[in-house]
Amino acid sequence: MKLIFELSKPGRGNQVLTPYYSPLASREPEIPEADIPAAFQRKQAPRLPEVSENDLSRHYNLLARRSFGVCDGFYPLGSCTMKYNPKINEVIANLFKFTDIHPLQPKHTTPGCQTVYALAEKYLCGITGMDAMTFQPAAGAHGEFTGILLIKAYHASRGDAGRKTIIVPDSAHGTNPATAAMCGYNVRSIASTPDGMVDLDALRAAVGPDTAGLMLTNPNTIGKIDKNILEITQIIHDAGGLCYYDGANLNAVMGVARPGDMGFDVCHLNLHKTFSTPHGGGGPGSGAVGCKDILKPFLPASALGETASPQSIGQVKNFYGNFLVVLRAVAYLMTLGNSGVREAAQTAVLNANYMKQKMEQAGYVCAYPGICMHEFVLDLAKLKKETGVSALDVAKSMLDHGIHPPTMYFPLIVHEALMFEPTETESREVIDEVCEVMAGILKTAYENPDACHTAPHDTVIGRPDETKAARNPVVRYQFDA
Amino acid sequence: MNFPSDLLYAKSHEWVRKEGGTYVIGLSDFAQDELGDIVFVNLPQEGDSVTMGEAFSDVESVKAVSDVLSPVSGTVVAVNEELMDDPAKVNADCYGAWFIKVENVTEEEELLDAAAYEAHCAAEKE
Repeated sequence: MKLIFELSKPGRGNQVLTPYYSPLASREPEIPEADIPAAFQRKQAPRLPEVSENDLSRHYNLLARRSFGVCDGFYPLGSCTMKYNPKINEVIANLFKFTDIHPLQPKHTTPGCQTVYALAEKYLCGITGMDAMTFQPAAGAHGEFTGILLIKAYHASRGDAGRKTIIVPDSAHGTNPATAAMCGYNVRSIASTPDGMVDLDALRAAVGPDTAGLMLTNPNTIGKIDKNILEITQIIHDAGGLCYYDGANLNAVMGVARPGDMGFDVCHLNLHKTFSTPHGGGGPGSGAVGCKDILKPFLPASALGETASPQSIGQVKNFYGNFLVVLRAVAYLMTLGNSGVREAAQTAVLNANYMKQKMEQAGYVCAYPGICMHEFVLDLAKLKKETGVSALDVAKSMLDHGIHPPTMYFPLIVHEALMFEPTETESREVIDEVCEVMAGILKTAYENPDACHTAPHDTVIGRPDETKAARNPVVRYQFDA
Repeated sequence: MNFPSDLLYAKSHEWVRKEGGTYVIGLSDFAQDELGDIVFVNLPQEGDSVTMGEAFSDVESVKAVSDVLSPVSGTVVAVNEELMDDPAKVNADCYGAWFIKVENVTEEEELLDAAAYEAHCAAEKE
């Protein structure tokens, strides 16, 4: 398809962007002379595409048809919680009293928005077992960064300068070690036991006077709850470290178990996934960070008019984060209520276990036996050995059936991994149908492996050259002249 | 799969060639094959110290990002910066595409010869 720049014709225009008009700006604003070095001054007007409204409209409709979202079909992208997002959240987030505000307008004119933040903090602290929360971080990894800075500020405030290491299990999301490194810590990776749990002996051997903290997600990356969690957090606390809970998998336990009760001192939540905002397109998101009272003095300034404490780590984002994502989370929580939140988590776990059972009956091998939480990992090593069909080939084959593939080759500790997270918003009928498709793909893999190697057959784009894209990325439009 | 007999191998899939007191370190054929097309190599700098069993580099393939562990403790005296511009070399010629050279080696892990390493890879494939 053509890019919007290729549709451009000089002089063509549309009415979508109206001329600037404000009743308050009755006179020409005075624009001060900008002090920008000559090297950085624009010499040429920006080359914006010039298209008619009709062309523009068709262009975006075509883009929408070419993409795939939760509203198009099953989207079991493990660890990403692609649940259906109720439209009532959108209706509320589009109310002009929430959208037509400015973070610099006087505090007394925004009591409604402040109430949203206060409710969000109350509900989410209740769900996580934390004492205070900041909504500044823009997304999950940003939340991790903020949370680890809180731990760093805590140790610094006590003059405890020798704590330079963050412990991360080898099943962790890649963002965990990256976050620790970004915050200036050394990362120590510890092995998992064969059943995917933190190895307590390895943990005991790893802690010491240099331990600043531990980063962990529970349920963990393979979709299992770590039954030793109280002992794990105790080992870290005994060594003088703090415990960070990665909220990536909170969907499995919200309303049932709380990170605060597991012994964690600080956690982030991906409000955009667990608490229902359309996501996956690059934002906006919200990586709210909750903490226990001991870390509260280090939080960024709150949105409720209080100034930050002198010990605060400072701002991590301008103003108060992505407000409308927080608003959607509040709308979601208010429509579900206490029992609904719990039921959502329970249904997510039930759906995952139902699907896991059916996949095993179909002949797939699960990487870890037994009951799972909200997601499970298939290990296709046996299939690859016997037929040459890889996890990638199976994922590509799913595309022909209108199913979004699951997460591939993650976690790294399973070699031919496919990670499914059906979420609570899928019906039994949909899961049954998908499992039938998956059984069919398995049959094809044994009878006609080439059909899997060459899949997908019915999509506009089949197998883009990922290596070329990674080695020679073209990230902007190149004008001819 | 190719495992030259003049090299030693770490269980974590790095190869080592001893040239006097200098240890040349790279990624084995098994490792590059498992990783698939490598698109980025992150290397330390000359003068950095490396620690046995700890990561000194990471490689990114279309599948995943993986740490490359150092089989020895010592000081980096040379870095193959070519790999940063052309990571595909690791796939094309993994034994020519060395990562780093290390001297002042104070400790080294128990390294395997080619036959033992081949058996180790076969066991890992199972």
